[in-house]
Amino acid sequence: MKMKKLSPASRSGFINYAIVLVFFAVFQTLLSTGNLSNNFTGQLIPICAYVVMAISLNLVVGISGELSLGHAGFMSIGAFTGVIVSMSLQSSVSSAPLRLLAAIVAGTLVAAVAGVIIGVPVLRLNGDYLAIVTLAFGEIIKNILNCLYVGVDGKGLHISMKDANALNLDENGLVILKGPMGATGITKLSGFVSGIILVLIALFIIQNFVNSRSGRAIKAIRDNRIAAEASGLNVIKYKMMAFVISAAMAGAAGALYALNYSTVVPKKFDFNTSILILVFVVLGGIGNMRGSIISAAILTVLPELLREFRDYRMLIYAIVLILVMLITNNPSAKAFIHRIFGRRRDEDAEKGGA
Amino acid sequence: MLSNLINGISLGSVYAIIALGYTMVYGIAKMLNFAHGDVIMIGGYVAFCTNYYLHWPALPSILLAVVVCTLLGIIIERLAYKPLRNAGSLAVLITAIGVSYFLQNAALLIWSSNPKSFPNMIGTGSFSIGKAQVTLPSLITIAACIIIMIALTLFTSKTKMGKAMRAVSEDKGAAQLMGINVNATISLTFAIGSGLAAIAGVLLCTSYPQLMPTTGSMPGIKAFTAAVFGGIGSIPGAMLGGILLGLIEIFAKAYISTELSDAIVFAVLIIVLLVKPTGLLGKKIREKV
Amino acid sequence: MIEKEKSIRLSGFTKFMKIQEEFHMKKTLAILLSAMMCASLMSACGGSNGSSSSESKAEESSAASDSVSESAEGGDSTAADGALTGTLKLGHIGPLTGGAAVYGISTSGGAKIAVDEINAANTNGFTIELNNQDDEHDAEKSVNAYNDLKDWGVQAIVGCTTTSPSLAVSAEAFSDRMFMLTPSASSTDVTDGKDNVFQMCFTDPNQGKIAAEYVAEHDLAENIAVIYNNSDAYSTGIYQAFEKEAGELGLNIVSVTTFPDDSNADFSVQLQDAQNAGADFVFMPMYYTPASNILTQASAMGYDPTFFGTDGMDGILSVEGFDTSLAEGLMLMTPFASTDSPEFTQKFEENEGFTPTQFAADGYDCVYAIYDALEFYAEANGGYDVTDVSYSDLCDILVSTFTDPSFTFDGMTGKNMSWSANGEVTKDPKVYVIKDGAYTEA
Repeated sequence: MKMKKLSPASRSGFINYAIVLVFFAVFQTLLSTGNLSNNFTGQLIPICAYVVMAISLNLVVGISGELSLGHAGFMSIGAFTGVIVSMSLQSSVSSAPLRLLAAIVAGTLVAAVAGVIIGVPVLRLNGDYLAIVTLAFGEIIKNILNCLYVGVDGKGLHISMKDANALNLDENGLVILKGPMGATGITKLSGFVSGIILVLIALFIIQNFVNSRSGRAIKAIRDNRIAAEASGLNVIKYKMMAFVISAAMAGAAGALYALNYSTVVPKKFDFNTSILILVFVVLGGIGNMRGSIISAAILTVLPELLREFRDYRMLIYAIVLILVMLITNNPSAKAFIHRIFGRRRDEDAEKGGA
Repeated sequence: MLSNLINGISLGSVYAIIALGYTMVYGIAKMLNFAHGDVIMIGGYVAFCTNYYLHWPALPSILLAVVVCTLLGIIIERLAYKPLRNAGSLAVLITAIGVSYFLQNAALLIWSSNPKSFPNMIGTGSFSIGKAQVTLPSLITIAACIIIMIALTLFTSKTKMGKAMRAVSEDKGAAQLMGINVNATISLTFAIGSGLAAIAGVLLCTSYPQLMPTTGSMPGIKAFTAAVFGGIGSIPGAMLGGILLGLIEIFAKAYISTELSDAIVFAVLIIVLLVKPTGLLGKKIREKV
Repeated sequence: MIEKEKSIRLSGFTKFMKIQEEFHMKKTLAILLSAMMCASLMSACGGSNGSSSSESKAEESSAASDSVSESAEGGDSTAADGALTGTLKLGHIGPLTGGAAVYGISTSGGAKIAVDEINAANTNGFTIELNNQDDEHDAEKSVNAYNDLKDWGVQAIVGCTTTSPSLAVSAEAFSDRMFMLTPSASSTDVTDGKDNVFQMCFTDPNQGKIAAEYVAEHDLAENIAVIYNNSDAYSTGIYQAFEKEAGELGLNIVSVTTFPDDSNADFSVQLQDAQNAGADFVFMPMYYTPASNILTQASAMGYDPTFFGTDGMDGILSVEGFDTSLAEGLMLMTPFASTDSPEFTQKFEENEGFTPTQFAADGYDCVYAIYDALEFYAEANGGYDVTDVSYSDLCDILVSTFTDPSFTFDGMTGKNMSWSANGEVTKDPKVYVIKDGAYTEA
């Protein structure tokens, strides 16, 4: 009954929460009854991280309409900030969930700051030029992290761009970041529950933002920048809001991701990872949060399911990618699908994008 | 100093030839062809196989590489990009990435992951200019780059097909109305771009003789940067962008830091784009209502 | 009007978005994707048995099934005193695709030859089933591969081939109590604090130290230049130890330059720097792929110092198309050269299509080290059947055997190898010089 009073947008939003919760319930049950394969269990947290990555990138690509090719850079910043925070708190804070929380919050904040710094120049550009600059920033972040050495001891954090010896640590100091070797010996803090909570929070923030006044302004700018500008909207301000929120969420996802493994290297967050996230967004449907969630989950699992094909695995993945793009953009295939699912599609059209 | 300069121009020339492929395809099809770097790699492998296994002389193996890559470019365009002609650039972008993964993994299966050392086809030798040593391959690379650029400029300004290409890149619809076969023109662009990629592949592998399935990806990204740097869609822009990028990379390595050279290259790109948002020689985008 | 229409040409991207929304591509995809999701779920739930065990070589599996029946007949009676019986499920993890694939294919190819030999011998019906998984040289994928092997029922791991995946997997293996022997991940972090993780190769610091000692001992250099890959743990690890030891031994390092992984093609700047600094000796702690570039470029610029490489340099002579005369006089410190064992080299070439390197030899030795350790244990305990032993039980056995002072292992990469409690191997280094296009022991 109540559902009817809700606007289509928030109804669609609730369905998204429900999907995440059902996903959680199903897998938590399977997990606790021991029916889930080890391989799948190991992928639950990366799935959560990638889902957050996908919906945050969708905010920039789908809602704000800017093609970003450097999203993994923010993930990287969040990941390494999270690792540094969690490892430096290791001795002083004993509660693991608290350290995880601190790591994710720190990752979020630092990534948001990076989002502001990068957003200022980036958002002055348009179209493909903007895309290449985000790519450039992604590469710069990777390159700098590759040379960054960070250690912690009684006196606090030490940072060097040369090597670990230049950190001048105390005897019982701990080297956290070792340049190209990244962080090693991370205590794993992330769990499935924390992953799901993060997904829900990210969804909540992003969906509310999209449906807010600012969100509508951003969509107006996307659809017709000149008209929006003429109606007095501050284009840069609104684009900036979307960009920074997206960066912050990516940072949170990065922290969650990094704290799920005992090691993380800067090279992980390269151009290919940015593209991977972009593929999630495009295959899930531009601007469609639900699509992003589902496609991020499935495309994370897909290469694992293809393990049986051994050497042909990535080849098959590539072919699947191409075919999906061709089929979903093929008029006759679309007409065919429309015939079958016509009724449901009309319903969906009423609802509008999620 | 001088040898760094020449090394920089030589590296830049390779980037420039690759960037030409990017820029032409972008100019005409408005798409970022991320598979371009992998066409370079295929070109390198073809030249390697004919030269090393079949003992062909340099020229025929390079020619065969050009032919194979040209055909490959046309096939990719027909199978993967043409059906998406009306689908918009992001769908094409993802498809291009799919093609890129496909080529890399196909190469992995065909030629194995074991890196090949590319035989020097162009000839060895070095000259001393003043105190600096200059190698023959780098001179030939620079020369090839200049010849290609002149040929391309003549082609686009003098020949009928070249003019058709410019017309299509200016306005697809109007070009069609004027009786230009748009599809054939786009195929031609891919063919030329991919043929150039084969030459770039041979030159790249001659100067830096290591051939593996991932050889093309980083030069691909760098060349893409170079194309944007010079103003994507502009042929002289790609040339200028490529050479400047090579110079910046080599000088950053020599005088600032080898670790951070890539970061410096990209930082310079960002600064240039902030001052000139459409690249050095790019056309201004005017948006009116 | 026309002018106006033309000028609204927004970037192709924005245009695409509009078209996209009109077409409702989302829905079609959502349906497609959810179908796939169902499929994935089904296989995820059902995947916990051995069905996902991927391909196991035909001969191998037939051999395995033979042995199962044999061991079933005489299994529990432990016929032969001190005999090792049953079937061991061994997993191998390494990069089989992507940029580092050659290393993973090498270790897995070596391991496969060892497994084939053991299965062919079929001593007391003991056989090994080998399951080979790809990690793409990525920590996330390696943990997935490890979990996949666990689903298959793996009892011990040979891997990972490369360092960063090894770090990720070793942490999992440590908490699971799964025995892990890495053929080639040489960082100390891999074994640090993990009693059940062992290395077949030298650790990086060890190698850097030994290299510096060797240089000093044989008085090879006056002015040393170092070129290393600063985005690679192996290269950086060796360099740092080499620099430290060189300082203590009074070696004179005049030029240190680096290169990142992404653009390991151009070395003109690094070589120029070394040449200008007057270096007569270039230390190259790196893999042979960039090294072959360095040698080619050095020769093109007419620079001819003594080049000295580490174990990653092995294989440089078999790079197809590489002019081996460029490597003349190159010194390398490696536990294995393809001339050491012609039989192994031939078999490996037949299987994989390229000449084996020390990676392959390490992979081969890993399998035999585990096999020998199990035999050692079986002998001491009046026989042992490994079939269906849990991996944690097997881990305890293997750890105690590997650290047993009386257990030594003779393999292709060294004789009398022994392991310390922290998982590091002790064996003698070997230095080769390339003479007349062949590895010659120096």
